[in-house]
Amino acid sequence: MAVIDLANPTRFLRIVDRVLPWLIGATVFLLAVGLYRALNAPDDYQQGATVKIMFLHVPAAWFGMFGWALMSVAALGTLVWRHPLADVSGKAVAPIGAAFTFICLVTGSLWGRPTWGTYWVWDARLTSMLVLLLLYLGVLALYWTAEDPGRGARAAAILSLVGAVNLPIIKFSVDWWNTLHQPASVFRIGGSTIDPSLLTPLLIMGLAFTLLFVTLHLAVMRNEILRRRIRSMRLMQAQEVHA
Amino acid sequence: MNLGPHADFIVAAYAVTLFVVAALIAWVLLDYSAQRRILGDLEERGVTRRSRRKG
Repeated sequence: MAVIDLANPTRFLRIVDRVLPWLIGATVFLLAVGLYRALNAPDDYQQGATVKIMFLHVPAAWFGMFGWALMSVAALGTLVWRHPLADVSGKAVAPIGAAFTFICLVTGSLWGRPTWGTYWVWDARLTSMLVLLLLYLGVLALYWTAEDPGRGARAAAILSLVGAVNLPIIKFSVDWWNTLHQPASVFRIGGSTIDPSLLTPLLIMGLAFTLLFVTLHLAVMRNEILRRRIRSMRLMQAQEVHA
Repeated sequence: MNLGPHADFIVAAYAVTLFVVAALIAWVLLDYSAQRRILGDLEERGVTRRSRRKG
């Protein structure tokens, strides 16, 4: 089957119905393994047991940012190719990305208090991550309040592309500015600076969050396709009544 | 498992994450059943999509 076949919403729904149970099973399994490894990981020599917050905070940050990157690609599909599934995908990602960004900010704050002595500082990394959450809320507001879904989708797509500027700012904020937040320690030139006893559970949790993200994304896309189907059926019904 | 003197912060972080993810999953499931129910009602009333119509 060609990749282009997925572009047909009916075929897409059929494939989602088939793969979703497997994805749910794999997500639950990996989350269970990841949480077991995370909760039994050794304490950090400086931070003690609070390092356990890292296993939630870091993957949530990855997928808060990845969600926006995916929304930007979907925005191109909406604006350039006007592909209906692209907009479905972009709209489906927004609440999931916002939820992961929110988790990242709250867990980061709860990690910051015992580590830095404060819940919040207006440093570049924390502020740019907060901007990401506000951008997500903006996109959601555009989708949920637009009277004409087409116009709402185009406005959300434009905001997605403009907001993508924030992604490199988040990533490199710890290098460009003097921040309280630590510099990159997982994906960096020269390899990770995290001890394998902590890195392995972190990567397992990263994989579990990947599956959770994909599963939720496909499930929300399925709901959105059904919603659009209902809308078009109602419109046809209304046209027939007026005819 | 000993969570040390900052156990409250660790437990709060895991609780918030669990709550947000559970809320997201609940919203997805409720939305799915609502869309399915509306679609079923429309089909029962004989409303079909253009692509399903014959002739």
